[in-house]
Amino acid sequence: MRIHQGTFSFLPDFTDEQIEKQIEYILRNGWAVSIEYTDDPNPYNVYWNMWGLPMFDLKDAAGAMYEFRKCREAFPNHYIKINGYDPSPMWQAQRVSFIAHRPKEEPGFRLKRTVWSDGRVQKYGLEAYATDRPEGERYR
Amino acid sequence: MVQDKSAKYKKGGVVEYREMGYYNPDYVPKDTDTIALFRITPQPGVAPEEAAAAVAGESSTATWTVVWTDRLTYLDRYQAKAYRVEPVPGNPEQVFAWIAYDLALFEEGSIANMTSSIIGNVFGFKALKALRLEDLRVPVAYLKTFKGAPHGIPVERDMLNKYGRPILGATVKPKLGLSGRNYGRVVYEALAGGLDFTKDDENINSQAFMRWRDRFLYSQEAVFRAEQVSGERKGHYHNVTAATMDDVLERAAFAKEIGAIIIMADLTMGYTALQTLSNWCRSNGMLLHLHRASHATFTRQKSHGINFRVLAKWMRMLGVDHIHAGTIVGKLEGDPNLTQGYYAILRDQYNKEDWVKGIYFDQDWAYLPGVMPVASGGIHAGQMHQLLHLLGDDVVLQFGGGTIGHPMGIAAGATANRVALEAMVQARNEGRDILAEGPEILRQAAKHSPALASALEIWKDVTFDFTSTDTPDVLPTPSF
Repeated sequence: MRIHQGTFSFLPDFTDEQIEKQIEYILRNGWAVSIEYTDDPNPYNVYWNMWGLPMFDLKDAAGAMYEFRKCREAFPNHYIKINGYDPSPMWQAQRVSFIAHRPKEEPGFRLKRTVWSDGRVQKYGLEAYATDRPEGERYR
Repeated sequence: MVQDKSAKYKKGGVVEYREMGYYNPDYVPKDTDTIALFRITPQPGVAPEEAAAAVAGESSTATWTVVWTDRLTYLDRYQAKAYRVEPVPGNPEQVFAWIAYDLALFEEGSIANMTSSIIGNVFGFKALKALRLEDLRVPVAYLKTFKGAPHGIPVERDMLNKYGRPILGATVKPKLGLSGRNYGRVVYEALAGGLDFTKDDENINSQAFMRWRDRFLYSQEAVFRAEQVSGERKGHYHNVTAATMDDVLERAAFAKEIGAIIIMADLTMGYTALQTLSNWCRSNGMLLHLHRASHATFTRQKSHGINFRVLAKWMRMLGVDHIHAGTIVGKLEGDPNLTQGYYAILRDQYNKEDWVKGIYFDQDWAYLPGVMPVASGGIHAGQMHQLLHLLGDDVVLQFGGGTIGHPMGIAAGATANRVALEAMVQARNEGRDILAEGPEILRQAAKHSPALASALEIWKDVTFDFTSTDTPDVLPTPSF
């Protein structure tokens, strides 16, 4: 299954040129680019690994593309997302987030159910099939 | 024009409101005053200043005759004061009246009290043919007695893990008559196909054909199943509107127990019930969606009632995370300029006076969180470039018929909307002129999405091009 987190996950995977244009959009707005990667794409997993610090003073998208490519070389079978962070008052939050690289095979999630109280209320839990294996050995 | 009121009290009986201090063109409003702008249509023979003074009087301290007990209080403070009266541009029958209310007049943090004062009595007043509350400047001092949205836009986005694009939703159709199990099927298909939210409609509460508990359970099952097959966060607005507050809170608590992140309420519940529910939502980490059911009965006509922008301000203060605010291009009332004004009032931290957009006051929102506007009613994927251009990123676009009416099924309808949206956001971010190139961008995106191709074909000629009932009084100056 294709994981549909992030903007653009319903479009065909972006080329590097298309990714760079989105980074230019982030910079044009004065936001900071950051790169995060994970092999636990559970939608409830908030904290992916940071690839370095957010690039607060970056002016040229080429700098972020260089870091993105280095991250992709290091983690070719991980999910990598690119975020734009807006520190302005009343936001102080991400304004852009999209998956820029993903593993070739995505086995998807198991939905665990526990029947609760009256036999109708259930407690649900999502687990990626791949996370049965330890971190770093999950996707090929 | 400061009157000698003591003589009037000696005389007694009926005295013109303007002679009792309710009209005072020399009054300079204080930063802590609430200022209301009314559109007044006086009865023939009633002077505009007297009509304005009557509105000020009847919405604050006055009654129809002089009462000696006025003299037991410091009336100058408690009297509302009409301080500016002007003809409405292009409409000789009507006047705009600016009326100031002292901070002392309103109970802290109570929309019920503020509305009972300002719109409580005066709208049936015989000396006026019609009366409309157009806008309200709420002072920072009073705003700080409200908590506002339980979460606000940035926190909602963090909860959903969705950034940089409008949120997509749909209302389950048909509105009435589905069983709980069939209802959940619609929720599942729409969410699995690519929407972020689905929604109960305003009149689906707990009827005999589908009791609320069944609907909640099946809808929530659909939410988690859709999260499993899509790998992203989803939600369904469970409508907790009910006959009593006990019932409302029981349903809200059950929604929380089964894992919901958002519930909804109808405006018909009333301001007090909504504010209680808002506090409950803040305490329980639940997003609150407001369906403005019944609002058009009093917001739509230009000469009488309340402009929606005032209701939007009250709801931002009272505290909701979502409120329906118009689509511009869809099937329901909505002038483009005025609708963009409503969006600014809901989302921005500061509104600058702009009569073209129907914003009559500078308004500092004093750090109250922004409210996510919801655009719903007669919109479809083929309008995506217009919707994104007009409404921006921070909006929930709700395609009910535009999802469920798709010829290939509900999931395909959802996918069509999501593909159209993402293609348009991509193009906008790349710096393209989406308003001009929109149809071409959609055609290109449809090449890799049969669902979108089909949606564009079936709804290609659907537009709702009717003149709005409520329109701005001033038009932008054309530039040549």
